Amino acid sequence: MKNKRDLVLKIRDLDISFKTDNGDVKAVRGVDLNLHRGETIAIVGESGSGKSVTTKAIMGILASNGKINNGTIEFTHYDLHGDRLKEAQEIYRENGTIHSDWLHPDEIKTVDITKMNKKYLQKEIRGRRIAMVFQDPMTSLDPTMTIGKQIMEAMLFHYNTPKEEAWKKAVELLELVGITNPEKRMKNYPHQLSGGMRQRIVIAIALSCDPEVLICDEPTTALDVTIQAKILELIKDIQKKKDLSVIYITHDLGVVAKVADFVNVMYAGRIIESGTVNDIFYDPKHPYTWGLLASMPDVDSTSDELYTIPGTPPNLLHNIQGDAFAPRNRHALKIDQKIAPPMFKISDTHKVASWLMAPQAPSVEMAPSLKKRIERMKKEANIE
Amino acid sequence: MAKVIRTKEDLDNYLKDFDYTEDDFTLVNDLEELQHDEIKETSSFLKDVWTRFKSNKGALIGGSIILLFIIVSFLAPALSSYTFDAVDTAQQSMAPRIPGLSWIPFFNGTGGVRQYVGNLENSFHYFGTDVLGRDLWVRCWEGCKISLFVAGTAVLVNVFIGILYGMISGYLGGKVDTVMQRFQEIVNSIPTLVILTLLLLIMKPGLYTIIVALILTEWIGMARITRAQVLKIKEQEFILASKTLGANKFFIIFKQVLPNIFGQIIIMAMFSIPNAIFYEAFLAMVGLGIPAPQASLGSLINDGFKTILITPYQVIIPVVILGILMLSFNLLADGLRDAFDPKMKEM
Amino acid sequence: MDKSTLKYIAKRVLISLATLFVIVFVLFMLMKLMPGTPFNDEKLTAAQKAAIYAKYGLDKPVIEQFFIYIQNMLHGDFGISYAIQRNMDVSVIVSSRMMISFFLGIGAVIIGTIIGILLGVVAALNRNTFWDTFATVLSVIGVSIPSFVFCLLLLILFGVKIPVLPVLYNSNEPFTSSIIPMIALSMGVIANVARFTRSEMIEVLQSEYILLAEAKGISRKHLILHHALRNCLIPVITVLGPIIVGLMTGSMVIEKICGIPGLGSLLVKAIEVRDYNVILAVSFLYSVLYIVIMLIIDILYGIIDPRIRLGKEEDA
Repeated sequence: MKNKRDLVLKIRDLDISFKTDNGDVKAVRGVDLNLHRGETIAIVGESGSGKSVTTKAIMGILASNGKINNGTIEFTHYDLHGDRLKEAQEIYRENGTIHSDWLHPDEIKTVDITKMNKKYLQKEIRGRRIAMVFQDPMTSLDPTMTIGKQIMEAMLFHYNTPKEEAWKKAVELLELVGITNPEKRMKNYPHQLSGGMRQRIVIAIALSCDPEVLICDEPTTALDVTIQAKILELIKDIQKKKDLSVIYITHDLGVVAKVADFVNVMYAGRIIESGTVNDIFYDPKHPYTWGLLASMPDVDSTSDELYTIPGTPPNLLHNIQGDAFAPRNRHALKIDQKIAPPMFKISDTHKVASWLMAPQAPSVEMAPSLKKRIERMKKEANIE
Repeated sequence: MAKVIRTKEDLDNYLKDFDYTEDDFTLVNDLEELQHDEIKETSSFLKDVWTRFKSNKGALIGGSIILLFIIVSFLAPALSSYTFDAVDTAQQSMAPRIPGLSWIPFFNGTGGVRQYVGNLENSFHYFGTDVLGRDLWVRCWEGCKISLFVAGTAVLVNVFIGILYGMISGYLGGKVDTVMQRFQEIVNSIPTLVILTLLLLIMKPGLYTIIVALILTEWIGMARITRAQVLKIKEQEFILASKTLGANKFFIIFKQVLPNIFGQIIIMAMFSIPNAIFYEAFLAMVGLGIPAPQASLGSLINDGFKTILITPYQVIIPVVILGILMLSFNLLADGLRDAFDPKMKEM
Repeated sequence: MDKSTLKYIAKRVLISLATLFVIVFVLFMLMKLMPGTPFNDEKLTAAQKAAIYAKYGLDKPVIEQFFIYIQNMLHGDFGISYAIQRNMDVSVIVSSRMMISFFLGIGAVIIGTIIGILLGVVAALNRNTFWDTFATVLSVIGVSIPSFVFCLLLLILFGVKIPVLPVLYNSNEPFTSSIIPMIALSMGVIANVARFTRSEMIEVLQSEYILLAEAKGISRKHLILHHALRNCLIPVITVLGPIIVGLMTGSMVIEKICGIPGLGSLLVKAIEVRDYNVILAVSFLYSVLYIVIMLIIDILYGIIDPRIRLGKEEDA
């Protein structure tokens, strides 16, 4: 078990709503989340499930009409200044990581992002300790600024790095993310590069300040399949080298299986199932997770039909009574209409928010085809 | 809320605040029962447009003012005891005087050349009189009517020409299209003011000449929209092929194009009316306005401006009317644009 | 600059030249059509008539005459005025008045663009506050109401009611005399630029790259100055074209109202007294100005904005 000191992010009871002309949209409704140092977690869900909003809250870049109504986001980070910081940066550059023994206990600080002063958040946390990779590399780079400037910007801002040094580091970063001819690319504008290259640049930007946490918001959805795998490999590689903690946001369970250690399935602003990759893929409990797994494209399957979960996610403008997934759940219980299900603990790592877990509930099985598929996946994993 | 249930006691604790029965822990058979999202009533496009338009205060005010001006410009000359062309040297340049409003300094009838004395004691020129003693209340509204008529006619004809030009250019395609597009480009790159002044130099000044001059200014935008739409529909020509047996293809395409450009054409027309009003005033200001004794807002401003130092009211009133009119048309057009397509940006 | 850009520029220049050629042709034909042109004006002395006939080769066919006319034009010879300043070269009259119009026009564009950008940016950054409403109302008024209306109202207010500024242009006090016309002219520029900047800025602020820049943790000031402003200002160049056209029309009336001895009032006067050579020369000048400005803006936009590859866009 990881010790408490290793918990980088601890989110409790997070509740976020957006003011719109039609009323308040309750985008996130009580989310708990843990991220340990060096770990990769995934947040999985359909669009509108609140996964992006949650991470934007961590970054402190919610849209101006968004509001955190309740909850805490505790972030534990190194707190180094002056010579110690320079020393740390050097060690970091050489080893890609800083050993916790090297740090004094008071150099590790825990802050609550939800209660933090905006200026402090911008100067100390955002971009510097928590960085983000965005979904669409075609639109997320400033079209009127050279690549080099965009990579150097955060360094110049957070560490006052001298320009030549920043340039050198930016070139190194470009090499790290696998861009050939980095010196030349520094002077290019985004439109001169391909989508895959641009996403590598976005990753380089995110890494420029040696962050402790990297949030990847659907980093591969906008890319070609062949490039997708490469980008995922790249992030995994860098994570190992730099001992990063990574949060993946995705709707693609295929991505999750490749990269994550721990998975949180979100639906309508709540986490409805969480567990290790094995828990979620080999022993899923929530009917929604079943649906997600069944709708994964399967190369081995004989049937051409692609499963989809019936219905659409609820409108979060309305107050939701009971279980938000009930209307789409073919195993819905009557109690789902009245009372929201609590999190049931299945094992030390596995939790599920469904009334089906209650001892009183009838026992419900997943579809036989899905069961077969999971069996097959297990076998394949064992062979490997 | 998200409490973790580890044991049976945890669950009992969680549930004790709620009202439930053991029966609740059974499956729901009919999923329809659970649908708690009410289905939003789907409304038609035009209804949406109307709802959006109604919520736009500026557009409503603009529209009302335009309507009011149109009504007054017909009623005022008809109901007044004065006429727009009656010259009276005894009543030259009298200041505005409105019964009941004479407590407002501007409308108390003082400051003009001739005064409200003698047998004029009980007469009222609401907007005063001009240098020839003609009543400005009647002339202003007569002028407003003519300005609106000139602009309205010009824009209507422009819509017609624009649609026809775009239709022909897009429909025929090929070389004809290329030639028509080049012609359009060239016309578009001659400044309007040059076209207007030159045209009026070779034609005799008058109401219809001005209308003809204005017709040359705004049709290009309409032609562009129509052509684009025609090209789009021509791409789906295979759909038409079955329908066109024996029927006139030109008119079938026209029928399909019209609903698609309807909104844009209305918006463009609404934006070009104030433009036409402006150009009419512009022509009057450069001495190419409609000849006296007829009046338009432009010619009234041009006449009033000559005595700006002595009797500023003679220019202020038509200027204010012109300003309000153009502002109203722009507000209305803005509102229509937002109503037809909330995403459409500046045109 | 790559090859397609150069090709595009060349193409645009050629089209502009062709347009100018057409305009000259139309102007020339009008000259032939109109009664009282210097070619058959009875006010001219016999000697002058003979000189003009020889110069323009009026005994030759029309097409040949047209090319002679173009040749003269290229040498800056637009004929002589016979009503405004009798027998004076039109080019002399025009060039003496050009500077003052340019001063007014350029002044109005600069003032208007700066204020307009400021207003638009402030409005977009403070959406749904007083400044936003203020800018929106001001732009609607400025876009709708013609500049000469502002000019007249300003004249009545600051020239007649509170006489602090001259009503008529005084060449001894070019600065104070220019205040009212320049403000009046810049109103439309302010309104158009502010309106465009505001909507452009709002769009830019909602873009992904601003979100990414924000996620870098740079300050709001840096974000606005280095990312948002640059991206929203480049397209502003495109509205300057239509704005300058509006200015040209507006300045004609304003120069007349304020008695400014510029190109606009010259044209108005020439129209009044039907001095055709002057009308045609000024019209030609306006056309050239217009076409050149449009050309410059078009090319400039393509060069400044790294996203736009001129040649490609044209083909699409």
